[in-house]
Amino acid sequence: MIGGWLRRVIDHDIFYSFTRSPVTVLAALMTLVILISSILAPCLTPHDPFNPASLNIMDAFTPPVWVEGGMWKFPLGTDDQGRDILATIMYGNRISLIVGFLSVIFSIVIGVTLGMVSGYIGGWLDAVIMRLADAQLTIPSILIALMVDGIARVSLPRELQNEIAVYVLIFSIGIAAWPQYARVTRSGTMVEKNKEYIAAARVINVHPVMIMLRHIIPNVMGPNLVLATIGVALAIIIEATLSFLGVGVPPTTPSLGTLIRIGNDFLFSGEWWITIFPVVALIVLVLSVNLIGDWLRDTFNPKLR
Amino acid sequence: MSLLDVEHLRVEFPTRHGVLVAVDDVSFSIDEGEVLGVVGESGAGKSITGLAIIGLLERPGRIARGTIRFEAQKINGLPKEAMRRIRGAKIGAIFQDPLTSLNPLYTIGRQLVETITTHNDLTLSQARGRAIDLLNEVGISAADRRIDSYPHEFSGGMRQRVVVALALCANPRLIIADEPTTALDVSIQAQIIALLKRLCRDHRTAIILITHDMGVIAEMADRVAVMYAGRFTEIGPLRDVIKSPKHPYTVGLMNSIPIISHEIEELPHINGSMPRLHEIPPGCAFNPRCSRAVERCRVERPDFMPTGNPGQMASCWVFDKEIGNDGNGR
Amino acid sequence: MTETAGNGAASPPLLEVRGLSKYFDISRSWLKRILTGQPRMVLNAVDGVSFKIERGETFGLVGESGCGKSTVARVVVGLYHPTRGEILFEGRKMHGRSRGTMQAQVDCRMQMIFQDPYASMDPRWRVRNIIAEPIRAFKLAKGRSAIRQRVAELLVQVGLSPQDGEKYPHEFSGGQRQRISIARALSINPDFLVCDEPTSALDVSVQAQILNLMKELQRRLGLTYLFISHNLAVIHHVSDQVGVMYLGRLCEVAAKRTLFNRPQHPYTRLLLDTVPDLDMTNRQRQPVGGEVPNPINPPPGCAFHPRCPDAFDRCSIEAPQVRSSEETLVACHAVEEGLQ
Repeated sequence: MIGGWLRRVIDHDIFYSFTRSPVTVLAALMTLVILISSILAPCLTPHDPFNPASLNIMDAFTPPVWVEGGMWKFPLGTDDQGRDILATIMYGNRISLIVGFLSVIFSIVIGVTLGMVSGYIGGWLDAVIMRLADAQLTIPSILIALMVDGIARVSLPRELQNEIAVYVLIFSIGIAAWPQYARVTRSGTMVEKNKEYIAAARVINVHPVMIMLRHIIPNVMGPNLVLATIGVALAIIIEATLSFLGVGVPPTTPSLGTLIRIGNDFLFSGEWWITIFPVVALIVLVLSVNLIGDWLRDTFNPKLR
Repeated sequence: MSLLDVEHLRVEFPTRHGVLVAVDDVSFSIDEGEVLGVVGESGAGKSITGLAIIGLLERPGRIARGTIRFEAQKINGLPKEAMRRIRGAKIGAIFQDPLTSLNPLYTIGRQLVETITTHNDLTLSQARGRAIDLLNEVGISAADRRIDSYPHEFSGGMRQRVVVALALCANPRLIIADEPTTALDVSIQAQIIALLKRLCRDHRTAIILITHDMGVIAEMADRVAVMYAGRFTEIGPLRDVIKSPKHPYTVGLMNSIPIISHEIEELPHINGSMPRLHEIPPGCAFNPRCSRAVERCRVERPDFMPTGNPGQMASCWVFDKEIGNDGNGR
Repeated sequence: MTETAGNGAASPPLLEVRGLSKYFDISRSWLKRILTGQPRMVLNAVDGVSFKIERGETFGLVGESGCGKSTVARVVVGLYHPTRGEILFEGRKMHGRSRGTMQAQVDCRMQMIFQDPYASMDPRWRVRNIIAEPIRAFKLAKGRSAIRQRVAELLVQVGLSPQDGEKYPHEFSGGQRQRISIARALSINPDFLVCDEPTSALDVSVQAQILNLMKELQRRLGLTYLFISHNLAVIHHVSDQVGVMYLGRLCEVAAKRTLFNRPQHPYTRLLLDTVPDLDMTNRQRQPVGGEVPNPINPPPGCAFHPRCPDAFDRCSIEAPQVRSSEETLVACHAVEEGLQ
């Protein structure tokens, strides 16, 4: 059965156009490498860079291996505490990827549900939800994430904050992004709703909720997936920004943004590698995901026409 | 000398599954003022033939072989600019959907004037006068007022009349009409058909009428060509092809059309359906569905052969030896 | 089996439509109306339509765009609630969908076949699930193997093979998809099928196959059809009784032969004149001018009067009522006053 499914995927036009675009294949490979390396980080790194016990202050400020004074043990050098930069990047990728994916999933769940209900039922419910979406879209998502995050900080007890900071982050970034999924789902729902297979289901008295779940959702997810891929990249950037500003993840579980901030202090004193490599890692990650999203959008477009 | 000569036209579409042949060795000619109906089911390749003649084939489709001669000049393979001058001035086009044939953002007056001045040397006011004349000619009342209306302010039938007017702007010698009445109500269809017939007579314009609707052909055409899987299966004068079709496909097609004057319990039909482009069988494309197929039909593709009726040709091996003795009509 | 309209029968007709009207409120949203001062706009899609269909019969409903025939179909099958009038199935009133068990019993006796073979099936579902959806909705079979068997039977019945159940809709041609639609409709053993232009999107030779299939199924399973089309030749081929609609109203209802041989309403005559001359009799057509008016602003009185060759002053004031004339029901002042 898996073999059959796999054969269908490979035979599909989408896969064919994928293999035809070398940039996209490269981007996909990059993303895969980053994904695997972050999952397997504990196995690949010599030590957990955020475990203070494993650090040796004597290793601090080691330059990358190709500069004089570098060593293979720390291929990209170390920071002010003796943490291996490569290891911190791999661990930082974890946070970025987790926050990126989970916040997008959260947005999709809210956005698709609201958009579908809005498009299917119409009327004043549609008007209310869409005006809500419009209102939220006037505010940049970073600001919204900041606001939600700030409210959470103020209202939650201090001990709890560090523990659930990642979830708060996922929540705030997720909330910031739902309107676009809602809009796209709403227009897709409105198109599908008028098609005759929905009428055929209504003729046999299928409940509207079942119609939405079993007929409409599979047929409107296409554009949502495109948005989701680009949304992951955006979520990663927002998270990095918030962490850079110091209001994202707690310093005990640093993400790429935190690393960039830490390294910022040393940029002009000669230890450039502490900032530059996390920056490059962030760019590579975001670019790869974005390129996949671009290709998805281009592939889906002629089909949608 | 005929107005348009198409010889051995072949249109191909290279795809990842191989090369698909949409039009396979099609030849015909049209005289001035004649209406040639090209009829066939969907996927037969009739629209592609029209597009190839007028030079609007979209990539990756291309004319792989053959010649198209218009007024004795070869027009396939002309550079784009030269083709553009012929298109519109000498060859006009009417497509199926009047809604998408007109630009919704401009008044019809502006679209008409633009087309007129592109192909004629007239001042703007002269062009406007000609546009009003054209609108009158296609039956739009109060043309001098309605010339400044937008397409969405017209009904479907009126819009199609505007499209006909647009096609006539530069007095073309040939009009390619691709399903011009399919999107319209039956009573409006009758009006548009009458209009096209009258204009064709008055201006001595030839028309290639592409449609799947035999009824429209019966009301308008002088000659009919039947298309199947990218090939012409039969061509001949209207009356002959409809009343005494020779090719088994045409026979089956005509028999399957319900007619009010005959009341029958079961419509004779042809089993199966037209093969898709990548599944065309060797030999005669119709042979798997043909009740009269012989071994030769499965192997060798038949050319056009005379059938005994003057001017009526069919590509069927049945007529190879039994000329004049065969071809049972209805 | 064929009863002329107006005669009573021992048992009630399978379907009776009485005074059916359906109005759609197409006004713009409340806010926009307040701001632009526009009044409410109502579209009278169907206006006072009545007819009967006897068991085993095919009733053909014919008309051009905007005449309301598709709306009638959708009200009959329950997709819309009638604004006025009532629908009686076997003599019992129907109240619209999803209200109580009696409704469910009636629901599964009635099914619908749609026009567009491409939009009438969920492109993401396998064919066997598409056909099984009504079976599952009405719980008419239990267990996966029972359902699969029934689906296989249905596929064979409509001329496809049981293996086709594993495929997806896009792997089939238009004609084959209509067969699948028919299989889906038949899966719950309905008595009554509403067919909304089932062959209009198909090529002529495929249309012949589907029409033959539908007739054979009607004979074998004792089905009753409400058949909607704009193609008079097709209506002539399938129907026992025919109703002609124009702009929401019924113009004429008669048995097929009566309608086609002795049409009374001027619009019926117009429609018959537009049928192409495939017999090559060189019949001269006189296409009547004008177009179907906008249903939002119908002409006063009789909706057809601006295009009618027999119109006189009463026609622009008063809408004609349906009256019996010889064996036909006609709504026309000229016919009523014998002015033809």
